[in-house]
Amino acid sequence: MTTPVLAIENLRKSFGKDVVLQDISIDVPVHTATVFIGASGSGKSTLLRCINLLDGIDDGVIKLDGIEISDPRVNSDEVRRKLGMVFQSFNLFPHMSVIENITLAPIRVQGLSREQAREQAKELLIRFGLSDKADQYPDRLSGGQQQRVAIIRSLALKPRLLLLDEVTSALDPVLVNEVLSTVRDLKHEGMTMVIATHEMGFAKQVADEVCFLHQGRIVEYGPPSRVLENPTDPRTQDFLKRVHEAGRL
Amino acid sequence: MTEQEGGAASDEGGRASSLWKPSNLELQRRKIRSDQNRRNIMIATISSFLVLGTLAAVLVTSPGWKSLTDTFFAWAYGFEILPKVILGFTTNILLTVIAASCVSVFGLILALTRTSRSPALTPFRLLATVYVDVFRGVPMLLIILLVGFGIPALRLPGLTRNVMVLGTTAVIITYSAYVAEVLRSGILTVHPSQRAAARSLGLTNFQTLRHVVLPQALRRVTPPLLNDLVSLIKDTGLVSILGVTDAVRAAQISSSRSFNYTPYVMAALLFLLLTVPLTRFTDHTMRKAIQRQNAQGLA
Repeated sequence: MTTPVLAIENLRKSFGKDVVLQDISIDVPVHTATVFIGASGSGKSTLLRCINLLDGIDDGVIKLDGIEISDPRVNSDEVRRKLGMVFQSFNLFPHMSVIENITLAPIRVQGLSREQAREQAKELLIRFGLSDKADQYPDRLSGGQQQRVAIIRSLALKPRLLLLDEVTSALDPVLVNEVLSTVRDLKHEGMTMVIATHEMGFAKQVADEVCFLHQGRIVEYGPPSRVLENPTDPRTQDFLKRVHEAGRL
Repeated sequence: MTEQEGGAASDEGGRASSLWKPSNLELQRRKIRSDQNRRNIMIATISSFLVLGTLAAVLVTSPGWKSLTDTFFAWAYGFEILPKVILGFTTNILLTVIAASCVSVFGLILALTRTSRSPALTPFRLLATVYVDVFRGVPMLLIILLVGFGIPALRLPGLTRNVMVLGTTAVIITYSAYVAEVLRSGILTVHPSQRAAARSLGLTNFQTLRHVVLPQALRRVTPPLLNDLVSLIKDTGLVSILGVTDAVRAAQISSSRSFNYTPYVMAALLFLLLTVPLTRFTDHTMRKAIQRQNAQGLA
């Protein structure tokens, strides 16, 4: 069996006395998408931040391509270069144009020349239908466009693994779709992804595995056909029922 | 304001249909608005004349007015000594330029040290904090006196006794503390999510600071920094106490010779010539910064 891109074993994370994640163990094989669902505060975002080494962990092991990255001796900057992360609040750099946002890391981190980086950024912008926005500043873009730029920005580093943290939560329903279809395209191209989302329909479409988090624990873990359609755990059933009532399924 | 509204309305009308004409109700409202406008202008004019006129009348009719104008506003004499004061003022400008350049470097180093989290920098962070606390908390005049008279008193070989250099040093020491605090507050207002986004792109801590945090921080603190620049220009006048022949000192020399205070007024006018435009400019950038921030909303 090939090594999974991401492997987590018995991860535990707390903030002070608050245990936000415990006994988290998952494998994410190459070209697959693992989707985390669960109520707000169930630990989805924290898990993604831990994988990206933005937050330290209390116990357990995180491996990227078989190499432990939770070891305090690893260079976290080098690890993050292999990971792309997209945030709920976009976090584009407001003082830079779209193309500058995208080329910053390739130039500074990977050492590409300005021309090379711009060339590559333009290709990405064309691919995602944003080529006319290259020289705009983020505050001139719609939320959906901003988020797509944020996705392109992390793709520019050709990451091994893409982490998407509720990328549609700050968007209105019309804009949600343009972002989700971008993520679906990435999935078809074989990008390995870990996704936290509240969009169950979307989860069903892109997920190879769905993980239901409840109070920091994995309650149910499996293919979407099982977890989303025939959940066995009453807590999953209850969560999905409430999501359904809210009209998000 | 009303003009803008009118413009927007006619624009919209043009796009929706060229047949749109303002309704009677709207025409009535426009008339009320323009009446209100006219009344406001009238009130402002009358009250200005009343207040300023009264002030001027009280001043001019006061018993000492004649002798005051003779000692403070002897314009003919003022223009006679003006070249000397201007010559002194070039010293203030030179001092401002040198001090401002050094302060921006030193202040930035202090601010970066205080906001850094690196364990290796802990002693420096402590020193920077003490430095800022001390020099922000002591009147600048005292620092100028301490440096200006204290350092020569050490009689260390190789240390300068040049009052100009010592005075400038004192100004740099004090203003670095002020500017460091302004810069630090700017750095702290950049939202942590910006840092997280930069770090997750693999940028190092320093690259994040250099390309993401500092550019945003500097933009936000430009108005207070300009304020400090205005204060710096004025405060260079304080080094005259060490005997540097700046505008204040030059005016003092002239006035002690003639027992007429007009030279001081001339010096004040020279300072105003530089500081007023700068203050207006500061106001302008501040307004623009506020507008930009409001437009950006949460970001």
